[in-house]
Order: sequence, then structure tokens, then C-alpha cells
Amino acid sequence: MVKLILRNQEYEIRPGVTLLAALKKIGLLPEAVLAVRAGEMILEDEILQDGDVVKLVAVISGG
Amino acid sequence: MRHHKLALCKEHYLEWIPAQTARFIKKYWMFGPDERVLVAVSGGKDSLSLWDILWRLGYQVDGLYLGLGIDGEAGYSTESHRLTEKFAIERGLKLHVVDIQQEYGASIPMLAEKSRRGQGRPCSVCGVAKRHEMNRIARDFGYDVLATGHNLDDEVAVLFANSLAWSVDLLRRQEPVLHESDGLARKVKPLCRFYEKEMAAYALLRGIEYIYEECPFAIGSTSIYYKEMLNRLESDRPGAKLAYYVKFLESKKNGMFSPPTSQEFILTPCPQCGQPTSADGLCSFCKIVRKT
Ligand SMILES: [Zn+2]
Repeated sequence: MVKLILRNQEYEIRPGVTLLAALKKIGLLPEAVLAVRAGEMILEDEILQDGDVVKLVAVISGG
Repeated sequence: MRHHKLALCKEHYLEWIPAQTARFIKKYWMFGPDERVLVAVSGGKDSLSLWDILWRLGYQVDGLYLGLGIDGEAGYSTESHRLTEKFAIERGLKLHVVDIQQEYGASIPMLAEKSRRGQGRPCSVCGVAKRHEMNRIARDFGYDVLATGHNLDDEVAVLFANSLAWSVDLLRRQEPVLHESDGLARKVKPLCRFYEKEMAAYALLRGIEYIYEECPFAIGSTSIYYKEMLNRLESDRPGAKLAYYVKFLESKKNGMFSPPTSQEFILTPCPQCGQPTSADGLCSFCKIVRKT
């Protein structure tokens, strides 16, 4: 499985899909987050592999 | 990635953002290398990145941090102040710090409670206080330009709010550059063409430590609601946010929203602080402060 973490929220999805598909699946807009895997930023077309842990960084701030 | 340059490798991305910023500074005639720039820094990703970029580009740039006294559980003000000091020390940059409570005897939440503008959220009072203090420091220390870290998403959210209400006066004033007028410094927004996601990526890749927690009063704000809505639009129609903003600026250049007859506001100096105001008597900031 792939684990996606946003603040204190955790999501699990099946591997083999793109980051974009994964974000859509858990109901997040790709425009609103950055994704970091093993310390590296990854892009929307990256295919997520079994065992990946992806940290999501919210980019929107009020101002 | 469709409309972002995030697909660039890290090294090139970190060069591309400052190079583009330099291009926008020239394109919109924001300031030149001989001018002294004051960046308003909140400790967030945009303002710290802006300071970093202008410093790397070789501009004469100092920072201004305003202590708003917004704390509570997460210690928002304390933490953002710490991160801003750390950033400045690491780069050997000059930072002005103004603590609103020390200066005026009451923090932003306290001022808001006393003011009719408060009404639940101190954001309106906070905006007035920030503008006033940025102008004061710029004037007292002889800065030519005030720079803020507003990104494209910030500008588009404001544009959307102002279009919904057809606030023509506000639409007229929404520009990458607001020219100086008697007693008020020139204001510029060098990041106004970058997506918020691009700025977050810059801060992340550059290793800038910024305050990730939101200001507690911004949670659930209208501007965040509009940003989310506009991001939904952007997801379906990539490029929509940038087009909305750029076409707005173009339309204004072509005469949309220009006043039918030139009707200038008459500004007079506030008897308390000397800053120009359109009100009779005290400016809006001095009125808020007087109530406490
Ligand atoms: Zn005043």
C-alpha cells in the first residue's frame, strides 16, 4: 500500500497509480498540495509504488 | 506539470524563480538597483522567499517583522518571529521588528475587540495596522519601496472578491505597483505572477524554514474559501487563474475601470501620526488605537 500524510491525517491507497490519481481519490486538489517522498519533491505524473510514504504539504494560506 | 515549472530539476527551478522575479520587477517598473527596499515579512513561505530572492538578486533589501500578538495554543506570533529572526541571522540581513503591543499598548486581538471593525475577526484591524506600520517604518528609515509577498493565488482571490462586489475603486487600485503619493511609500508585489504552489515549492527546495501553521484567525476565512474554489476551476481548466489576473491587468491598461473624469481623492495628514488620510481628522489606525 501507499501511505499519504497531510498534517495529522493519513490515507492509504493501492500502489501503481499516479500521484494525480491518488490525490483525486482522496479528494484533494493537486493545486493545493506539494508531495514529498523520501525527502524529494515528486510531481503529479509520478507512479506510486508499494511501501511509498508520501508527505503532503498544504500550500494555501489565508492572507 | 501543466502550468507550473515544477518539472524543472531542483537546480534550475531555484534559478528560474529569481530570474522570473527579476523580469517582473523590470516589466512592471517596480524598483531599480539603487533603491532601498523594505520587505514585509510574516515568517510565512511567500515573504521569506521574497526576501531570499531579492537578496540573491543583489537588491538593497531589509526586512520588517510586525509582532501582532496572536498567540494561543500554537504560539503563532512567537514562532513566526523566531523563524524570521533565524532567517535574517543566517543570511546576515537587517531586520526591523515592531511589536504592536509594546508600541501602542495593545495587541491586534485586543485592538480588534475595542473596535467596531472587529466583529469576530481581527483581520480588518490587522490589515489597517500592518499598512500603517509598514508606511511608518518605510518613511522613518527612508526606504523607497515597500515589497510584500503576495502571490498569484492571493491576487486572484482578491480580484474575485472585488469582481463579485464590483468594487471599482478597489479594482482600480489592485496593481503589481502602487506608486508613491505624498507621505506613502511605493508598494510592489514582485511575486504576483507565481502560483502559490510554485512559491511553496521554492521555499521547500531552497530549504527555507517557514511557519507552516496558519494564523488562527485565517482558518475558515473568505479568502481561503475563494482560493479553494479557484483551485477547483484551475484543476478543470489549467491556466485559468493566471489568465484571469493577466487579462484583468491588460483590460485596465486598455481603459476599463478608468474614471470617467479624473476625480482625485483629497488626502490630508493625520494630526496624530502625519500619514495621509481621506478621513476628516484621525486616520483609521489612530482611531482604532485611540479606543484602547
Ligand atoms: Zn494617524
